[in-house]
Amino acid sequence: MLVYLLRRIAQSIFVALAMMVIVFFGIYMVGNPVDILISPDATPAEIEATMERFGFDQPIWMQFLTFLGNALQGDLGRSFVHGEPAVQLILHYMPATLELAALGLFFSVLIGVPLGVYAGYKSDRWQGRAIMTGSIFGFSLPNFWVGMLLILIFAVELRWLPSTGRGDTVEVLGVRLSIFAEGGLQYMILPALTLALYKASLVTRLARAGTQEALVQDYVKFARAKGVSETRILFVHVLKNIMIPIVTVLGLELGSMIAFAVVTETVFAWPGMGKLLIDSILTLDRPVIVAYLMMTVLIFITINLIVDVIYTLLDPRVRISGAAS
Amino acid sequence: MTVLSVENLQTHFFTDAGVVKAVDGVSFSLEEGEVLGLVGESGSGKTVTGFSILRLVDPPGRVTGGRILFRGQDLAKLPDREMRRLRGNRIAMIFQDPMMTLNPVLRIDTQMIEAVQAHEKVSKAAARDRAVQALARVGIPSPAERLNAYPHQFSGGMRQRVAIAIALLNGPDLIIADEPTTALDVTIQSQILAEVQGLARETGTSLIWITHDLAVVAGLADRIAVMYAGRIVESGPASAILTAPAHPYTAGLLGSIPGHGRRGDRLTQIPGMAPNMAHLPPGCAFAPRCPRVSDACRATAPEVTETGAGRALRCLHPLTEAVA
Amino acid sequence: MSAPATNPPVRADRLPLIAGLLAVAAVLALGLAPQWASLPARLLLLVLSVFFAARLLKGRMKQFFNGPAAWFAAASLLVLVIVALFAPELSPQNPYDLAQLDIMDGRLEPGGTNFDGSMTYHLGTDEQGRDILSGILYGLRVSLMVAIVATMAAMAIGVVVGIYAAWAGGRVETILMRLVDLQLSFPSILVALMLMAAFGRGLDKVIIALIVVQWAYYARTVRGTALSEARKEYIDAARGLGLSSRRILFRHLLPNCIPPLVVISTVQVANTIVLESSLSFLGVGVPITRPSLGLLIANGYDYMLSGQYWMSMYPGVALLAIVASINLVGDRLRDVLNPRLRR
Repeated sequence: MLVYLLRRIAQSIFVALAMMVIVFFGIYMVGNPVDILISPDATPAEIEATMERFGFDQPIWMQFLTFLGNALQGDLGRSFVHGEPAVQLILHYMPATLELAALGLFFSVLIGVPLGVYAGYKSDRWQGRAIMTGSIFGFSLPNFWVGMLLILIFAVELRWLPSTGRGDTVEVLGVRLSIFAEGGLQYMILPALTLALYKASLVTRLARAGTQEALVQDYVKFARAKGVSETRILFVHVLKNIMIPIVTVLGLELGSMIAFAVVTETVFAWPGMGKLLIDSILTLDRPVIVAYLMMTVLIFITINLIVDVIYTLLDPRVRISGAAS
Repeated sequence: MTVLSVENLQTHFFTDAGVVKAVDGVSFSLEEGEVLGLVGESGSGKTVTGFSILRLVDPPGRVTGGRILFRGQDLAKLPDREMRRLRGNRIAMIFQDPMMTLNPVLRIDTQMIEAVQAHEKVSKAAARDRAVQALARVGIPSPAERLNAYPHQFSGGMRQRVAIAIALLNGPDLIIADEPTTALDVTIQSQILAEVQGLARETGTSLIWITHDLAVVAGLADRIAVMYAGRIVESGPASAILTAPAHPYTAGLLGSIPGHGRRGDRLTQIPGMAPNMAHLPPGCAFAPRCPRVSDACRATAPEVTETGAGRALRCLHPLTEAVA
Repeated sequence: MSAPATNPPVRADRLPLIAGLLAVAAVLALGLAPQWASLPARLLLLVLSVFFAARLLKGRMKQFFNGPAAWFAAASLLVLVIVALFAPELSPQNPYDLAQLDIMDGRLEPGGTNFDGSMTYHLGTDEQGRDILSGILYGLRVSLMVAIVATMAAMAIGVVVGIYAAWAGGRVETILMRLVDLQLSFPSILVALMLMAAFGRGLDKVIIALIVVQWAYYARTVRGTALSEARKEYIDAARGLGLSSRRILFRHLLPNCIPPLVVISTVQVANTIVLESSLSFLGVGVPITRPSLGLLIANGYDYMLSGQYWMSMYPGVALLAIVASINLVGDRLRDVLNPRLRR
């Protein structure tokens, strides 16, 4: 088990390094940052000074080594636009994104599980078919479109919820969060719902498949033979069995939730790291782009590692084959 | 007093390949405290009969005809709510495979307490006490501690005891046991058999014991009904059936039990395979495998005939004397 | 409900059908692209597409059209493809031709008319006075073209890599599949965003980004199918007959990978449309001069909060319609063509 764990961690570090190389050569070789940083009427001396300050005058491999050395110390350069260290900037914007993703994940379970269980229970009836067709629409609706529609309905027409922005925050353990703030949660509902919709469809399908499978098991029939009510069978006997795979999948999906937050944050002007990324791409603020990419890669690798290890602990069959391979 | 009376029960499965008449005109009745052995090969419809009584037949199966009178009440006509109140309360069931019947992710106490609370408004603590007593009664050591365990922490035999304890929880009038010992080791089998017999006798509970093994019911059942291809082909008092079977199929079943005949006799076996339920022959379903078959058997299915002494038979050419 | 093992292998004589399908899809993409294709050519193309779709479903029509949703999806997909194919003939205005636009007609409500009443803007206009309806028809073309071209190219790459990996085995297979796993462990939108950040906007660049994002998906599917097919007896039988590897590969393995590929690529076209529209909405997708549906929505988004909803609402409805109908058709195809993928 320890060997497996160590190998898995080594694998993750290798992936992170490989990503760094790809990222550096991918992003750093395109575009001309000098144009962004220096006003068109700057003197050649000013251009020279800036080039030197950012190391652009050195050969590419030197630039990479500098980059790698700095990256290992958590320094991925300063933002051209904000003038702050890029990593610090990302860390500053990250809590807003993480809390949005967390609430989105929560919503997707809240919506997807009951719908999926019901669809599995009524799989041959029109209710079940309707939910499955509906879930296809959930897959089809582009994130930004859903956000727009929600704003139009709940903010513009009904005026129930605020349309954009973040609202109040409170400091929890040194991090500013909206989710616990009185004037903050209402700002999160629409963007979190938008983010949740796609995953809710996924959860619905998973829950339906799991429910269909569980309902034909003997333990369900035995529970019925005990006289237990259908509601209790569905929401205790079946639900407990299908939650393990759903939670596993959702753990893996947290990463893509963070990635998709880019779109949602843009629609709702939510000041998270996704919005920061888009703004940085549009202004060619490369250190921030690189820092964002490295941070998300790190988050991804960590999530994958954790889910893998937990899964290995839960399922003895995986443990054996993992040790053998 | 008659506890259960099944009259002309029909349960059909509407599959893509056609209608499968899993149970086709089964009738029997059960007195208070009586033990009925329902015997047949796998696929003969004995399990479906059990599920039909509890109305637990899954689609595409459906009870399409007949009456199931439980203490005079027709179960087929009962509203779902009332039926649910009977299940596990007045009629309990024990399943074949103890590895599958308990929910793997719920603790034993959860699964026992819900069985009590489904029928009675009692506190959790009271329901728990009942569960402890029931576990003790089926011979599970230190039941109060074992309640907190998950099913996978029990052996197969222990799990079946838990299932039996659950069946006994509400003191039912009737227990349907669907091959409860088949999946267990031989030594455990006889223990469980003896225990269930004792408990049923003690509480005066009627018992339907479904099995493919005539030897199992030999010492247990008061009456025996033999099923073949969805029909009861022979029924009567256990001793009479076992000593003097009248249907060639019953005789075949008896002949294939080791040690039943005298030493040195060859074990007989029934030739051929269990019939394809989707394509039954027009006449007697047993005709293709029967040593006494005639053209009449292939043309029309025999009706039930009463042969006296509480025996009934579906056969045109019954054995007039016992085969040993 | 029957056992999946009874699934008969696809016969090699379906290769012409498969080749035809691919050819039609490729030409369809081109026909949607610039003004190259003449009207008769596009008409022929439409007839061919419908013909091949019908061939694919031969004998399974009843199974496919199992309810109102299937009928509705198929019909709306057909209508939308026709509309996209014949956008130049159908749309009242050429939205790319700035000379036809009148800034005075900017932000007109649906049903508004131009200065001399010679033209009615049924779905309103945008801030430059561009007819929204025409914008949608041309935008649908761009969206469909980008998605089909990217999906086809990604499928070609994926099939080659997947089959090669399955056939080569050993170290080559391990390395290729590790690469696939690595690629697939990152969400497509993130990879695409980064590529677009590196390339800058542009039709060709969007297409490249969308190919990079997808190929691994096909590679994994094809390898999986090829491996499981290779284990079946009929491949052993073919080997036993002394057939050459190439012959087994192309006449026996490849045809059997086709049903899952048809299903996946259908759904992938929809996913690609969504991805492209998201990129365009974020301002890193197609160029402003050739707006797709996503870009149209983005352009109108600023005006939506002030109540001028039509600029992004109607393109949004068109986007939803095309994506949902493709997905619904894909869902039916999955049930009909590939019982193994059920549930």
